[in-house]
Amino acid sequence: MDNTKRRLLSEKIAKGFMHLSGITVTASLFFIVGTILYKGLPYLNWEMVSQLPKGGFYIGKEGGILNAILGSLYLAGVATALSAFIGIPISLYLNIYLGTNSRVTQFSKLLFDVLYGVPSIVYGAVGFGIMVYFGIRASLLGGIITVTLLTIPIVVRTVDELIKTIPEDLKNVTLSLGTTRWELAKVMLRSIRAGLLTAILLAFGRAIGDVAGVLLTTGFSDNLPKYIDEPAATLPLAIFFQLSSPIPEVQGRAYASALVLTIIILIIVVCTHILQSKQKNRR
Amino acid sequence: MHAYPSIETKESSLNSPLTDPHIQIKDLNVYIDGRHILKNINLALPNNSVTSIIGPSGCGKTTLLKTLNRLVDDTKGVEITGSVLVNGEDIYGKDAEVTHIRKKMGLLSQKPYPLPMSIYDNVAYGPRIHGTKNTKELDKIVETQLRNVALWDEVKDRLGQSASGLSIGQQQRLCLARGLAVEPEIILGDESTSALDPLSTAKIEELLIELKQDYTIVLVTHILRQARRVSDYILFVYGGEILEFGPTEQVLLNPQHEITKQYVKGFIS
Repeated sequence: MDNTKRRLLSEKIAKGFMHLSGITVTASLFFIVGTILYKGLPYLNWEMVSQLPKGGFYIGKEGGILNAILGSLYLAGVATALSAFIGIPISLYLNIYLGTNSRVTQFSKLLFDVLYGVPSIVYGAVGFGIMVYFGIRASLLGGIITVTLLTIPIVVRTVDELIKTIPEDLKNVTLSLGTTRWELAKVMLRSIRAGLLTAILLAFGRAIGDVAGVLLTTGFSDNLPKYIDEPAATLPLAIFFQLSSPIPEVQGRAYASALVLTIIILIIVVCTHILQSKQKNRR
Repeated sequence: MHAYPSIETKESSLNSPLTDPHIQIKDLNVYIDGRHILKNINLALPNNSVTSIIGPSGCGKTTLLKTLNRLVDDTKGVEITGSVLVNGEDIYGKDAEVTHIRKKMGLLSQKPYPLPMSIYDNVAYGPRIHGTKNTKELDKIVETQLRNVALWDEVKDRLGQSASGLSIGQQQRLCLARGLAVEPEIILGDESTSALDPLSTAKIEELLIELKQDYTIVLVTHILRQARRVSDYILFVYGGEILEFGPTEQVLLNPQHEITKQYVKGFIS
């Protein structure tokens, strides 16, 4: 009896901790979203998301943050596409051609784990170094290079996890049909296709929210970049600059910008979930 | 009836009664990470027959099956010596091309794994990668193979639907059709009915017996009754060696070796 009581007590304590962390996380999330909504919603209007900053925007006069919204979407969109085009083949090569038993594969996976954890300011510094070397100024291109480097490890590791979920026997029967490794890779990509979108959206989420990587490399501009070698505004930096202002109007707009960024990320997360549940239903 | 097959030990290989075997294994040794998994395998399998490989778990029967289509190549730390001749050609030879070898050997895995595509595309996949592009031709192959595995009537109205919507028994028959569509010469089965219900198992067994007319079939099974129902020959593997090989009735009813006797009676599993 005593033993049973002790076990039930430890169960209660463990459950208590789980509830506590659950409540903490949920409460913080509501607090964050609540703050942004409370402070930013009054300043969020059509002008804000549809216009470029005009003279005096940063002292509270007319204009919007269209430059930052589009800048961020360009940057994150292109960088994500590039990292998918580079990252997915890397993962396929390691898993299908070299095989999980190969030392090169094991070493590379360790490497990508490390890269995954490297803070983005380091990528920013590296990107900045590359730009200086090639004589590129702070520009959309510089930002794209840096953010692509930043998101490649995310794509590689996520696709890696997806490939692990493919049963060994599916590979065996596919090879038994006389397929080449490349044809096998295509079958495998098909069987994880919904998961692939998740990986890409995950990378996009990281790319669009990154500040440190773009701080040194992308610059900032009140105009839309016409060419890839021009500086571009990004939402995280727009938030940063406006928040540093002493003018309440501008600070309010910083929260409104944060709200826009959060909504973009929310859309991404919701899309990811819908795709994931579709994948599960199909299985 | 077929010529009487025998284990070709070194002494008896000179007077082998089997003159034209479909598959001939000579002095095959397989090591994985230094462990001796298959020891000195010598074996000749005749055309158009079903051979069941039986033996306790871990005896090397699946490895033996995998050496036949070189899937064993992908195992970590594997080392293979000896040769496996299919129609007289060494599949481990220098000029052997692995995709071509595998095309000749259909594999039916433990659980059915349909490709992540429609029922139609599952069957058409193999012929397509091997060069059949003509839609009419593909239609014909799909229908023929689905009829071959007695699945056509059940799926003909939903060929475009995903194969994962089929029951597990139907999926296994689809996988068989998919394998047959690439026109193999040999069918390899790795405990292919272990995930199936008795009714689906019976269907697969019936199909294998029918398919014997056109193919050489090698099955790994741990169900003795199944081995008895479907096979012409039984190969008993124990500790990586062939202990006994002969006609089904002989191995099951009148085993020569003491260990075989115990296994058949159910004392070893």
